[in-house]
Amino acid sequence: MKARVTVTLKNGVLDPQGKAIEGALKSFGLEGVDSIRQGKVFDVELSLTDKAEAEALLKAAAEKLLANTVVENYRVEILG
Amino acid sequence: MKSAVITFPGSNREGDVIRALRRATGHEPVSIWHQDMDLPKGTDLVVLPGGFSYGDYLRCGAIASRAPVMDAVRAHAAKGGLVLGICNGFQILVESGLLPGVLMRNAGLKFICKMQHLKVGRTDTSFTSAYTEGQIIKVAIAHGEGNYVADADTIARLEGENRVAFRYCTADGDTKAGNPNGSLNDIAGIYSERLNVLGMMPHPENLIETLVGGIDGRGLFESLSAFRGAA
Repeated sequence: MKARVTVTLKNGVLDPQGKAIEGALKSFGLEGVDSIRQGKVFDVELSLTDKAEAEALLKAAAEKLLANTVVENYRVEILG
Repeated sequence: MKSAVITFPGSNREGDVIRALRRATGHEPVSIWHQDMDLPKGTDLVVLPGGFSYGDYLRCGAIASRAPVMDAVRAHAAKGGLVLGICNGFQILVESGLLPGVLMRNAGLKFICKMQHLKVGRTDTSFTSAYTEGQIIKVAIAHGEGNYVADADTIARLEGENRVAFRYCTADGDTKAGNPNGSLNDIAGIYSERLNVLGMMPHPENLIETLVGGIDGRGLFESLSAFRGAA
């Protein structure tokens, strides 16, 4: 089973890296970019077959290590 | 004062801390590997030194904070034992939940390596008794992620409980103008609720010799040396 955990900064948390990327994109003259927030994506291969079990496992992984829930949100997706 | 200094893969300031502790306390600190499960019996102080544990992968300090030895560090802190985290050690302490908040990328995005003035907070703790309150000291900073961030409630609580250990400042004590990395309230170091855990970004262990820039860091180790409580 393949799954993806996406970790993003919570709203209101300053993201200097996102800001720098945003500034770079704007300097290329790409019109229409309002703002950029940088996050992380973890693609995970699982030996499980039960979807609920996989979601519970990845939620635990995100809470324990992948995300710092003080400043980050996470989302778990089972890709099949 | 019996101290233990933990080395994680990628720590690089453990030697400086061991030397500073040896010099101030007259006792040889015990060196602990991150895979160890226990601290030596009778340990008063555990130090998490600076460096780049696990190459700063994922988030600074995140992987180290889940190392086997950290359960022993948590237990030590829970019974009132002293814990000091410097630089990457501070990042490990916030990731492990022993201190609140988080250390984000410096506001100016650059890695900052320079001498930095700090204003000392309260001096009724095991870490700062050799300083005077409001004293301005000059130590070194060297970090890319030292921008202290916490939610408004946490900041209000830290301030209300007088748990800001050090603030960045200029040579004449201006904290706002002296803030190098965007930290909220110019915070350079904080205490736990019971004042037995201190996390700080600056490096007092590197300022203990006039030969290499000053001795303003000695006060911290002399304070610890004077510690007489039982862990």
